[in-house]
Amino acid sequence: MTKYALEINQLNKTYRNGVTALKNINLNVEDGDIFAFLGPNGAGKSTVIGIITTLVNITSGTVKVYGKDIAKYPEFTKHMIGVVPQEYNLNQFIPIIETMINIGGYFGLSKKQSLTKTQQLFEDLGIWHKRESTPRELSGGMKRRLMIARALIHNPKLLILDEPTAGVDTELRLTMWDFFKKINNDGVTIILTTHYLEEAERLCKNLAIIHHGEVVKSSPMADVISSTRKHTYIIRADSSIIDKNIFEKNIHIIDDKTCELTVDNKISITEIINKFKDNNINVVDILSKRNKLEELFIELTQTK
Amino acid sequence: MKNLYLIQLFTIFKKEFARWSRIWIQTILPSVITIFLYITIFGNFIGERIGEIGGLPYIHFIIPGLIIMPIISNSYMNVVGSFYSGRFQKSIEELFVSPLSSHVILIGYVLGGVSRAFVVGFVVYIVSLSFTNIPIHNITLALFLTLLISFLFSILGFINAVYAKSFDDINIIPTFVLTPLTYLGGTFYSIYNLPEVWQTVSMFNPIAYMVSAYRYAFIGVEEMNTYTAILMMFILIFVLYSLAIYLLNKGIGVKN
Repeated sequence: MTKYALEINQLNKTYRNGVTALKNINLNVEDGDIFAFLGPNGAGKSTVIGIITTLVNITSGTVKVYGKDIAKYPEFTKHMIGVVPQEYNLNQFIPIIETMINIGGYFGLSKKQSLTKTQQLFEDLGIWHKRESTPRELSGGMKRRLMIARALIHNPKLLILDEPTAGVDTELRLTMWDFFKKINNDGVTIILTTHYLEEAERLCKNLAIIHHGEVVKSSPMADVISSTRKHTYIIRADSSIIDKNIFEKNIHIIDDKTCELTVDNKISITEIINKFKDNNINVVDILSKRNKLEELFIELTQTK
Repeated sequence: MKNLYLIQLFTIFKKEFARWSRIWIQTILPSVITIFLYITIFGNFIGERIGEIGGLPYIHFIIPGLIIMPIISNSYMNVVGSFYSGRFQKSIEELFVSPLSSHVILIGYVLGGVSRAFVVGFVVYIVSLSFTNIPIHNITLALFLTLLISFLFSILGFINAVYAKSFDDINIIPTFVLTPLTYLGGTFYSIYNLPEVWQTVSMFNPIAYMVSAYRYAFIGVEEMNTYTAILMMFILIFVLYSLAIYLLNKGIGVKN
């Protein structure tokens, strides 16, 4: 068995209108990974996902899922993949439990098998009580959870989540993160695209950033976190910091005793605290403000 | 693998059957009311003045054609409406990310259309019995022709749905092609009563062959050769089926 859940080699996509969406994409996602696939709007993320799920035709290149080419073995690869698309694509007119039974049937599951799996997924995702409702009667968060359940009905090995928590409130987002971690622990490889970079930083082990159809960064998340050049902290002191000139620049005063400080990552927290002490100010609290991934993301997608 | 295909096919068929039967007031009833009015006005009121065609009461002459009309329109509209609606809602993507073959998708949708056509055809026949006792000359042939005709027009509806870009587009073919061909296909008159030029023109109308064959199955009278009609339908089914499979394999109308 290959160690890769997904292998993309020299993938290019040019649409009929001449727009080049992807340029020589190379990407490997290891089995068991939670992989962040990031990029600004229009970067090509959804095109890559469309190609993996065979909804978009390839111009050139290959995509393999668990070692099998999606063009040569579509039935095998489709059995392995579950996909949660960015846009709602639910049949609006039938109860959601019927949707689940139908999808199960498309994957060869009997009605009984589909119902058993649906109950388990709906209970895990907190929508079992809505099983007789149509999607029109569900909130945005419930629709998202339904699409996640739908993608998992056939026990896929690779789950592709295209902005699964878009428009979802904070509490539900945290619940969904726990759910993703749980299914990942159960052996499901996850590819996640999201605009919430904190989400990617918290959940993912590896990442790739795509910009203008090209992969501009691909590395372990740990490397990203340790490689950023600037850190931003929120610092609370025990006395006034106004007019003290502790740091000449990159300091933003929030109130009398609180400021936001951006420093080179070579400067340690101890050095910052000592610098305040030199000015007879004690640091009461210090918090890292921006996540590192966000800094890298902005750096890569703005400089290109 | 065989079992997988059967489950998949049954799932699509069941979904399609549930779709039209759930909204039977929109799908079945209008055709039945329309044909009821046709039989009342043309069969009863006008038919009594027309008298007989080919030694048969006019009402008997027109009933087979009146049964074909809803069979054609319902099989066509069922598939074009359902598949295009799926495209419009994007729920059709569920089919294409699943391990379904193009044949399973197409046959599943077509069987949905065929089932609706059979139900409508049967109900219309029952309604016609309330006007006149019309025994079926060859019931096996009638069922076989119903299957062929509904299968053919379901595939045609599928192809229309693939190319449609708006809900307006799904009505263009039925309004501007199928309805005129049906009315000019000898449903209400004998083609041999037409001037010679129009008789020749009618020979190029495939629905005229279907009406003739159906009339033969019902009342044992044929105006065109029934075997020719069946052969023509098989050829059309083969050609349209191949085209529909090609469109599905290419993902036209669905894939980017």
